[in-house]
Amino acid sequence: MAKKIDSKTAGSPRFNPAAKLDEVMTGTTVFNIPFPKDLNALKGMSPIVIKHPYFVEYVHSYGQDSPFFAGLANKKILGTRCGKCNYTYATPRMHCTKCGKETKWVELPQEGRVHTFTTCYYGSEEFLKDTPFHLVLVEFDGVDTLLLARLIGVEGPEDIKIGMKVRAKFRRNSQLKPTDVYFVPVA
Amino acid sequence: MRPVYMVSGGVSKFEKARPDATFQKMVKEAFDYTMGDVPRLKPSMIDGSVASYFSDHFTRQLMAGIMATDYLGLCPKPNKRIEGGGATGGLCFQGAWEAVASGRMDVCLAFGFETMSHVQTWKGNEFIALASDVNFDYPVGGFYSGYYAMMVNRHMHEFGTTVEQLAMVSVKNHMNAYDNPYAQKRKRLTIQDVRNSEMVAYPLTLLDICVMSDGAAACVLASEEMAFKLTDRPVKITGVGTGTDMMRMADRPHGDVILAPNEKKSDYRNLKYPGVHSFRAGRSAGLQAYKMAGITDPIREIDFVELHDAYTSSEIQTYEDLALCKYGEGGKFVEEGHPFMPQIEYGLKLKTKGTIPVNPSGGLIACGHPVGATGLMQAVFAFWQIQGTIKKHYGSGELQLKKANRGLIHSHAGTGTYVTVSIMERGW
Repeated sequence: MAKKIDSKTAGSPRFNPAAKLDEVMTGTTVFNIPFPKDLNALKGMSPIVIKHPYFVEYVHSYGQDSPFFAGLANKKILGTRCGKCNYTYATPRMHCTKCGKETKWVELPQEGRVHTFTTCYYGSEEFLKDTPFHLVLVEFDGVDTLLLARLIGVEGPEDIKIGMKVRAKFRRNSQLKPTDVYFVPVA
Repeated sequence: MRPVYMVSGGVSKFEKARPDATFQKMVKEAFDYTMGDVPRLKPSMIDGSVASYFSDHFTRQLMAGIMATDYLGLCPKPNKRIEGGGATGGLCFQGAWEAVASGRMDVCLAFGFETMSHVQTWKGNEFIALASDVNFDYPVGGFYSGYYAMMVNRHMHEFGTTVEQLAMVSVKNHMNAYDNPYAQKRKRLTIQDVRNSEMVAYPLTLLDICVMSDGAAACVLASEEMAFKLTDRPVKITGVGTGTDMMRMADRPHGDVILAPNEKKSDYRNLKYPGVHSFRAGRSAGLQAYKMAGITDPIREIDFVELHDAYTSSEIQTYEDLALCKYGEGGKFVEEGHPFMPQIEYGLKLKTKGTIPVNPSGGLIACGHPVGATGLMQAVFAFWQIQGTIKKHYGSGELQLKKANRGLIHSHAGTGTYVTVSIMERGW
């Protein structure tokens, strides 16, 4: 994976004696291994390292949280509210963690504020192609908990401020993932 | 419950990759070191064991615990695996404590390992991020460094913590590790080095974050009677605490601070707690352990701390959770020099050096973080500090504290989801 140039070190050419090629998982398939005549030499043998792919397709159910994803596909952010203590969750849960009672679905506002944020320049393999990307925890008026989402429409972390207003946008072609909703800064 | 003592420990050197050994062999190295340090202890005297490894994905082997147990020759005695993310090692240590405290066993082995080199770093980050809600958190950009970066940005917003204060933690821990031969990264750094290294997740750079490792560690815990038969210098475990919090950071409440004995409600008039800036599980675990050990003023009553510094930021947050300083004062605490070693020169201007050394071993940031071994590694390093045997085990006494009668070890999972705190004291 190509490394990004730190903006601080960009500009005038510099030497980097620590420069290193990234390791890759491609290589040559080998069908034979050198072997000593003397078995006592085996303890000095290099370890054999093999490549082992692992791919699984799950049939994964969102269960009782499914309406949240149906909501995103219909351009609504759904949270849940406890009928007993009125505690309101931006990330839904069907039972209140405070009192244990079943909650009800409620529609959340589509404008909120940045509670906190980061810009990821690296990431897990699945998201490396997206780097750099911005993560925000969004707070909504009248809602007790937060929602994790991507923020787009800003360049770098210096453009993001805690407390700044952000507005929800939705993918037209739903992927039934929490990333069906994302946020942009309010002009 | 009856008193429990630690009588021995061992650590395999933590390295980026150990292709020369399977996990069983690495555990065996740590186990053999442990046994070698108390010659009076024979394998036949071990009543059972507890296994600690975090991720089945890294291992690509279910029931790996039993495979290490059989390699050590401890079948058919009891064994079980304990798992709780980054706190797996701390939970395992406490699992062994429970086995002895309850009277089920007189001698119990806790061992742990992780083999993180078996996938590339980016895949490893993915495996680790699977320890966040896979419906709501992981798909948005699952990356633990990103989660911790969000937490510290809020900490900076609430309390004015600075990136230079974070960097000081990195300088301290890397420098401490310079004299720890078990550590993976032994470096002399400056604040500028930390800030100029590659940005990973703003504001955390490569040198603010621990690295993946291969490694193993082992501890032997025993009843009072057995402990004094086995060693002249057993270390007593006088307090244990375990805290939890909600998996999703987004779900954390914004309520009142859980007060430590040395705090007042008026200290925190406008603070919403824990939010995403503090670890309620760490506070909960700390207070339980303090209560059990009879500690009311931690900074004066504890001589040193080995805590879970997966990030420089989480070390600062943890000073506060453990009530070494008040919430919000963690940045100032490191800036003033309190958690530095008194005898080490760091190239920093420090007003009050060494009030309570934190991570004298170098912590996770410098030693590495082979998850299942980490919490046990902390116990081993703390055990040697209290015994006064650092020189014997490190080959140099640079890191031996003059006063190390009582230490605290702290193991931490997720975004503060499971946290364990154990208090260890001179037992002889």
